[in-house]
Amino acid sequence: MSVVEIDAKGMHYTPLNKLIRQAVADGVDEIVLKNVMGQRFIGDGLTGNVKITVEGVPGGDLGMFMKGPTVIVKGNADHAPGNTMDEGLIVIHGSSGDATAHSMRGGRVYVRDDIGYRGGIHMKQYMEKRPVLVIGGNARAFLGEFMAGGLIVLLRLGEKEPKPFAEMSLASGIHGGAIYIRGPVEKWTLGIGASAREATTEDLSVIEPFVKEFSEHFGYNPADILSSSFTRIAPVSARPFASKYIWE
Amino acid sequence: MCGIIGVIDKTRETMDGSAIREALAIMDERGNGEGAGYAAYGVYPDYADLYAIHVFYDNIVEPKEKVEELLETWGMVEHDEEIPTHETGRIKKVHIPWRYFFRPNRKLMPQSDTPEDDIVTQLVMHVNTKIPGALVFSSGKNIGVFKASGWPEEVADFYRVEDYEGYLWIAHNRYPTNTAGWWGGAHPFNLLNWSVVHNGEITSYGTNRRYIESFGYICRMYTDTEVVAYLMDLLARKHRLSPEHAVRALAPPFWEEIERMEPSEQELNTAIRLTYGQAMMNGPFAIAVASHDSLVGFSDRIKLRPLVIGEHDQRLYVSSEEAAIRTMDPDVKKISMPRAGQPIVGRVVA
Repeated sequence: MSVVEIDAKGMHYTPLNKLIRQAVADGVDEIVLKNVMGQRFIGDGLTGNVKITVEGVPGGDLGMFMKGPTVIVKGNADHAPGNTMDEGLIVIHGSSGDATAHSMRGGRVYVRDDIGYRGGIHMKQYMEKRPVLVIGGNARAFLGEFMAGGLIVLLRLGEKEPKPFAEMSLASGIHGGAIYIRGPVEKWTLGIGASAREATTEDLSVIEPFVKEFSEHFGYNPADILSSSFTRIAPVSARPFASKYIWE
Repeated sequence: MCGIIGVIDKTRETMDGSAIREALAIMDERGNGEGAGYAAYGVYPDYADLYAIHVFYDNIVEPKEKVEELLETWGMVEHDEEIPTHETGRIKKVHIPWRYFFRPNRKLMPQSDTPEDDIVTQLVMHVNTKIPGALVFSSGKNIGVFKASGWPEEVADFYRVEDYEGYLWIAHNRYPTNTAGWWGGAHPFNLLNWSVVHNGEITSYGTNRRYIESFGYICRMYTDTEVVAYLMDLLARKHRLSPEHAVRALAPPFWEEIERMEPSEQELNTAIRLTYGQAMMNGPFAIAVASHDSLVGFSDRIKLRPLVIGEHDQRLYVSSEEAAIRTMDPDVKKISMPRAGQPIVGRVVA
């Protein structure tokens, strides 16, 4: 196991990312970034199996286009961590900003606390590529907007018995994938093309491995979480806007 | 893009400009080096009851004579000087920043119940529309705006913001999109008490501008943010709305949201929407508005721009990025993200 430590204090993101890439090219197994403060694009487009620990507050687009590595953030993340990520794992020990996991196409993003608006917007899937976003706290409006695939699990662990989810335009324009929300969901939250029903035991087996992995990272008992009732949000149709743009 | 940051010390303990300079500079990526600026409250304690009029002059002959003639007509200049600048970086002094400490003659506007503010407002509008080569960019009491074309750290060093002490600061790093980068187009925008920094684009600018110009304000800076400063002056100063209600007018809830509210809230929000329909702003924005006694942060109704709040004892921070707040205050206690359209207000208590 070779570990490299990089002090990011006062460093611009370009030299920082060059150092990260050099370390990966040198074959290190683990990189610890100290004193990160707002540096964007950390780990972007990075391939391989390296583990990166970020100590501090990274800037936007953490792990964008990333294919393989694991990124552990010891703090909050800014906008769009996991943007168009391809493979790998991002674990955020805190909250993250708007458009978390946007356009994600593979891998897993786990957020311990809350995310901002438009989480998982444009997530997609193809064959074995199925992205997963699990949020321990809450999410704001437009969760899973235009979702074309993948899985979002919203746990709302801040409330023992979650009050009905009440953020507008939930899964608006969804045409693939599914969202699981712990507890009930207000009917008016559902966006165009989204439907909701109570999740079955069979449904829960889909999210079980990811709830388990989430729990391992953040010290929860997965059985406690999985014993709750969940609402499943899914597309009404694979082409919710078909009648809007074409006539057939 | 664009980056914003603001801080208020509710006990009016002052801070020099060095920390906000660092915070704004950490968001350099949000700008393109064509505009940055700072507004600070409490910076002129020796002239606290006079209006501090900051003017950009293209030269100090014709436009300066005309402005001074106007000021002497409407009141008295107790002190004036060139604003100290330091050409250390890339910034060339294409305008000469000057400041006047001005006492309006209230007797000259007997028809107004706020004659001094009204005299200064019409002076600002007159200079900015009728005197070529002069632009008033700051006009409040005991406050100063310092802005230019350049990167945040360059503009800070140009004016040496670390030499000023204020209890409330807002700052902006500009990425001009729809209009050119120039000194007058840099933020903050100010009128009297009100200073505004803005990240985003106000797509309803045409409607808002027609509305505000019907009250005698004139938009001259070729950018949408200017209208926000005038709207705040109209709503909060002239119509005496609280900051919370003024924000409700500018970024109101959707009708569907109003329908779900309690009856009293429903009535209030309906009244505000109906009264101020043309003040409603559309498009993506995150805005911080400063006045003598408050700092207000809010975003558009569907949250198309970032806004982060930091709290630490008597200090409240608003910014585009958490990293900027932590740069200013590494020990900040609480970080949160407000809801779309939700006004976050920090008020002075002393």
